[in-house]
Amino acid sequence: METQHSDPSIMLDSRSRELRGLIVRALIGGNRGHLGSSMSLVEILRVLFDSYLQYKPHEPKWPDRDRFILSKGHGCLALYALLADKGFFSHEALDEFCHSSGILGGHPEANKIPGVEASTGALGHGLPIGVGMALAGRIRQQQYRVAVVTGDGEINEGSNWEAAMSAANNKLDSLSVFVDYNKLQSYGSTKEVCDLEPLAEKWRSFGFSVREVDGHNVKALKSCIKALPFEPNKPNVVICHTVKGKGFDFAEGQAIWHHKSRFSSEDIERMHAALDRN
Amino acid sequence: MRRTCLNCVYDLAQRDERVVFVGSDLGPGVLEDMKNRFPDRWFMEGVAEQHVVGMAAGLAMEGFIPYVNTIATFLSRRCYEQIVLDLCLHRLPVRLIANGGGVVYAPLGPTHLATEDIAILRCVPNMTVVAPCDAEEMTRFMSVSLDWPDPIYIRLAKGGDEVVSRAENGFEIGKAITLREPGQVLFVTTGVMTQRALAASTVLAKSGVHAGVLHMHTIKPLDIDALLEAAVDVELVVTAEEHVLAGGLGSLVLETFNDARQAPMPKISRMGFPDAFASEYGSQDSLLRSWNLDSDALVARVHDELAHS
Repeated sequence: METQHSDPSIMLDSRSRELRGLIVRALIGGNRGHLGSSMSLVEILRVLFDSYLQYKPHEPKWPDRDRFILSKGHGCLALYALLADKGFFSHEALDEFCHSSGILGGHPEANKIPGVEASTGALGHGLPIGVGMALAGRIRQQQYRVAVVTGDGEINEGSNWEAAMSAANNKLDSLSVFVDYNKLQSYGSTKEVCDLEPLAEKWRSFGFSVREVDGHNVKALKSCIKALPFEPNKPNVVICHTVKGKGFDFAEGQAIWHHKSRFSSEDIERMHAALDRN
Repeated sequence: MRRTCLNCVYDLAQRDERVVFVGSDLGPGVLEDMKNRFPDRWFMEGVAEQHVVGMAAGLAMEGFIPYVNTIATFLSRRCYEQIVLDLCLHRLPVRLIANGGGVVYAPLGPTHLATEDIAILRCVPNMTVVAPCDAEEMTRFMSVSLDWPDPIYIRLAKGGDEVVSRAENGFEIGKAITLREPGQVLFVTTGVMTQRALAASTVLAKSGVHAGVLHMHTIKPLDIDALLEAAVDVELVVTAEEHVLAGGLGSLVLETFNDARQAPMPKISRMGFPDAFASEYGSQDSLLRSWNLDSDALVARVHDELAHS
């Protein structure tokens, strides 16, 4: 089966632009960051936080909250934008991204940031932790759900597939994995580095109920997520076809924009111009 | 010792509903009683140590106290990053029950010899490392393991080890136990090297050398006060461990004396494995003998050091 791709004609609405503006604010504040890896995530996280997850920003440890783990911790700027937007912390915290006095680092840390369940950054850790959280919910007969967002390069790590086998074996239909399939990892295309295809078939063969969706199509994402759990007694995976750097034409599909550790004044102008254009 | 430890897990599970058991792919019938009575708190997850430790972290984040069990090498080397980040960075009360610390699995060769586990785990922040010397001490340790806030690596011995611990000494994590008062010499030991040091001490006494034994069942946090106090009037400290010399108990003792700047500092002689993989099979005892770690070797080392001091 041919690999699906996000529809390039999708226009970003004002909310998506606003969230990207928060990410740019942090990028400029820290003068560094994973632009490409964060921008591909925005609509996935937006729909999860707007339309799926149950939580209380002023009571981040509310026992009945749904658990959310950003396993691709390098995409944290998208998560920070959502958490700031929802009131877990102030927008001003974004200006201190990666500052010694700030709480927001280049990868999210649970003991520092309200709303972050698990410290991630090393790849392949979120899904095993998510399995443990889902099992804990089952033991205690709690109704919370667990959502884990992974990258595509990230699932090169074998630990994901160890956890996937366990999730299926334990029949964890409260667990959902969202793969940010932007088709680019650090070195280059996922196809070139370590081809993931046939990805849907892989997850299916590991015992998951699988859906594929355009990861920038808010309506389609909402409709897909509304159908969770897809089947009883099976863990879920949503393969989200996305574009690395989505919304920033100079960065879209460019591996070099995976991470930047310094921005030129021209880079910053281009970021602002892209926000205005969208 | 392993059976004792796992029986204790079941006892704890009956007392406290936070206790869960997570095995990888252990032998048939492991903790069958617990499996039957608490099926929702008993897991056999397969040969997947990275996942097993991550899953235990997820359970612990939700308030459970997971006791994870598999072979020491796989529970230290294979899932090291999960231990460092999932357990220690998050400071979670997960207990890693490591079968076959040291060279228990001598017949199985280097893949199964946990020779550097202490070194790689004691350097991780928030980690606690214990190595009880016999089954009775293991029982006392397990009863206090429940409420310790941090992850614990529990280094198991072979089993059937001579019981030398004493009930009156109790077990407090991080508190060393003096099993024989220090004299001219002090052995500092952990795990089953304690039995060998006691035997060596008995032999040395016959030749007029009084050698004490300080049992460090907890390697991290090390009982620094007990070590420095025990060594005050000691001429020679001999550390003995079933572990490579680099980074283990002996290194820790050297670091401690160096940092304490206590004067006069005793002579310190370290006994452990060389910087080499095992080149023979046999048994735990035969390999310890080959690597000069049986009680005869401890006696010889003391005589040699005292002759050259």
